[in-house]
Amino acid sequence: MSADQIAPHRESDIAREVALATETRTPLAIEGNGSKRALLRPVQAARTLSTRNLTGITLYRPTELIISARAGTPLPEIEAALAGKGQMLAPEPPDTRALFGADLPATIGGIVATNLSGPRRITAGAIRDHLMGIRFVNGAGEVVRSGGRVLKNVTGLDLCKLLAGSHGTLGVLTEVTLKVLPAAETSASLGIRVPDIATGVKALSAGLGSPYGVTGAALIPAFCGPDGPANHVAFLRLEDFAESVAYRGARLAEALAPYGDLRMLEAEESTALWAAIRDAQPLGAGDAEAIWRVSVRPSAGPGVAAAAQAAGARCLLDWGGGLVWIAGPATEAMHAAVVAVAAAARGAFTLFRAPEPLRAAVAVLPEEPAALAAIGARVKAALDPAGVLNPGRMRAGL
Amino acid sequence: MIALPKPKPEVLARRDEIVAALRAIVPGEGTISEPLRLKPYETDGLTAYRMPPLAVVLPTTTAQVAAVMRYCHQHGIRVVPRGAGTSLSGGALPLEDAVVIGLMRMNRILEVDFEDRLAVVEAGVTNLGITKAVEHEGFFYAPDPSSQLACMIGGNVNMNSGGAHCLKYGVTANNLLGLTFVTPTGEIVQVGGAHLDAAGYDWLGLMTGSEGQLGIVTEVTVRILRGPEGARAMLAAFKGTEIAGQAVDAIIGSGIIPVALEFMDKPCIHACEAFAHAGYPLDAEAMLIIEVEGSEAEQDSLLAKIKEICARFDPISLKVAQTAEESVAIWKGRKGAFGAVGRISPDYLCMDGTIPTGELPGVLKRIGEMSEQYGLKVANVFHAGDGNLHPLIMFDANDPESFRKAEAFGADILKLCVEVGGCLTGEHGVGVEKRDLMGVQFARHELDQQRRIKTAFDPAWLLNPHKVFPLEDAAA
Repeated sequence: MSADQIAPHRESDIAREVALATETRTPLAIEGNGSKRALLRPVQAARTLSTRNLTGITLYRPTELIISARAGTPLPEIEAALAGKGQMLAPEPPDTRALFGADLPATIGGIVATNLSGPRRITAGAIRDHLMGIRFVNGAGEVVRSGGRVLKNVTGLDLCKLLAGSHGTLGVLTEVTLKVLPAAETSASLGIRVPDIATGVKALSAGLGSPYGVTGAALIPAFCGPDGPANHVAFLRLEDFAESVAYRGARLAEALAPYGDLRMLEAEESTALWAAIRDAQPLGAGDAEAIWRVSVRPSAGPGVAAAAQAAGARCLLDWGGGLVWIAGPATEAMHAAVVAVAAAARGAFTLFRAPEPLRAAVAVLPEEPAALAAIGARVKAALDPAGVLNPGRMRAGL
Repeated sequence: MIALPKPKPEVLARRDEIVAALRAIVPGEGTISEPLRLKPYETDGLTAYRMPPLAVVLPTTTAQVAAVMRYCHQHGIRVVPRGAGTSLSGGALPLEDAVVIGLMRMNRILEVDFEDRLAVVEAGVTNLGITKAVEHEGFFYAPDPSSQLACMIGGNVNMNSGGAHCLKYGVTANNLLGLTFVTPTGEIVQVGGAHLDAAGYDWLGLMTGSEGQLGIVTEVTVRILRGPEGARAMLAAFKGTEIAGQAVDAIIGSGIIPVALEFMDKPCIHACEAFAHAGYPLDAEAMLIIEVEGSEAEQDSLLAKIKEICARFDPISLKVAQTAEESVAIWKGRKGAFGAVGRISPDYLCMDGTIPTGELPGVLKRIGEMSEQYGLKVANVFHAGDGNLHPLIMFDANDPESFRKAEAFGADILKLCVEVGGCLTGEHGVGVEKRDLMGVQFARHELDQQRRIKTAFDPAWLLNPHKVFPLEDAAA
């Protein structure tokens, strides 16, 4: 964190600060509570602009499945309000406090800006899929709206999607509107002991390709599995009304019996398991280790895991095998190995957590082909003409 | 009527030379320039607007699309992409000096992978064609716009198409993994892939729903889903629109998300019943069609829960389908709604706004008042779960005054949608139809922000310059 930090209480003051920064060509680090400050590349800015004081739920209509909140509203506050009405943010954003050693919880603006989604992403969609509207301050200091507070809206270019996952480099989110869904009455999970990761991913694919509405499909390799070092365990989650979960659990168990020994985890155990998977806890990443997320087609997951393990890292597979969390030595050599394996699988990598020297030294996201990179630079300039918003956060020099 | 940008005289003057150059890229039948054969390309689903293009090319490969684009970019020629031409907002309307790039010959399914639950298809594959290619394994492609028999996936991507089942399964944007597109300068770009959440800016999300402003989509990787064990519908009819709205709130509030939740008002019920004889209650002010999925027992249980909720709102009738055939009968009238309205009126405009669902009773009342004021009948169908409202305004196209009134009536409805917190278009797109209303929803500087992003992709404003943005913004 830079020494000079400003945290306005009003959107208009955020707009004024950004306009001033553009006028004076002064780069700004943009953040909420700073809980994911160590994500991606370090930002080169003497001044930090935080949205943490822009707080509060501004609209919540449970029957319209819509919630709006100012960007600095802590995620737990939103989740508590939703839980009070039996609802949830379906993409299940992770709580990364433990991974990043952060004291404060994520803000909703930070969750949208990083487009971080948890296990339910595989069937319910990502945060960006549930983002219905935004207000943001562009580099010129203008307050711009996109989307709205309704569930279906194709009016104009979809800047919600562009801003989601742009890590504060295209605008400062000041308010977001998200679609919410009813939380299921109950949940249960099926754990399958599988002989190897490839068999486990096949079991996950079979579950996701079944008509039983699986909402989580992860694989915990042997090193960190609950059943001892000899077993990889594939987990499939069901969430619905109790009678549906009971019925579907039985059918799913029948269908997946050929893959290995089965065990049913009831609601409490299941909930704890998926919270741990969501937050990548089974990785057991040590403080000095780096963490990568690699996204590939699910059938490529076992190959990515094998290559990472061969390079001296540990893995956790989510999203049916398509998301491989990797923890390993925070070295350029290990990073190069992850980059190579992601490229070979025609997927994408993110250097999710690393000591600052490594994050500053390497590309933390895949390079884009020249034609796209050129468009990207022009789009960045179209939103942030002086390049003052989180410079260098995603890519060096941008 | 909507104004179009002035054609470039230097382009019109070089027509023969341009056609020859295009024919060198897309030979034979793939380049069309004879006036009679251009006729089918002069309009789309919004038939009130017509404009024959300079020429039409029907490429068969992404490389050909890129070569045409490069040529047009080098020579400052405007380009209008076209899929099946089913747009209801004039999304495929040509310009006199534009080359139409039609994607309908790019209709191959390149890959289907059930293990990874995806399909890679060319832009000219129809929406239903994707489902047809995967249904033998029990899979389907979820978004189901009512034109799904004809409309093409490339058009679906550009319009971010929805459908009756998007309350549960989402719209096009939520069901895509990757795209190949050609930039306005003629370069081939791939975004996303076979994996979720590609790192970096969400180009896939920005391209989706961009209405052919940013590039020409040639290949699409879609997610395919395993279908449910079964589905069944019920019908619930009520004495007032407000009561029906309360019933919808109570269903959603109970934690049930039906796979479809359709609302019809009285004029629509009458039109559909006269057409389809589906057994709809003619004394009802509002009717809901509610569909659930799951095993037989799960369907029974959910339908019983919903029936119990509806019973609290003094319904005129509640009819739960006992079989798949009875479900089809319940849907029959709704699915034929547009045809039914077409039978009682020579022409109609199908509008497409979205409102917060709680605003429905007030909005329907205001629409009723406007109907009296304009002297034009209107029937309303509504995707009640997601707030997407489709008023069908009936008019006579042979009477210019009647058309003018219908357009003004439609504009008033869309302004009302924005006024109550909704938007101009839920799934049909802005196109030319709603272009001049963009200022109702967006401030000048917000439109300027979108324009600058368009310019980042299309510096010379050659792609579809007459759509989405009010004309003063186009580099005409």
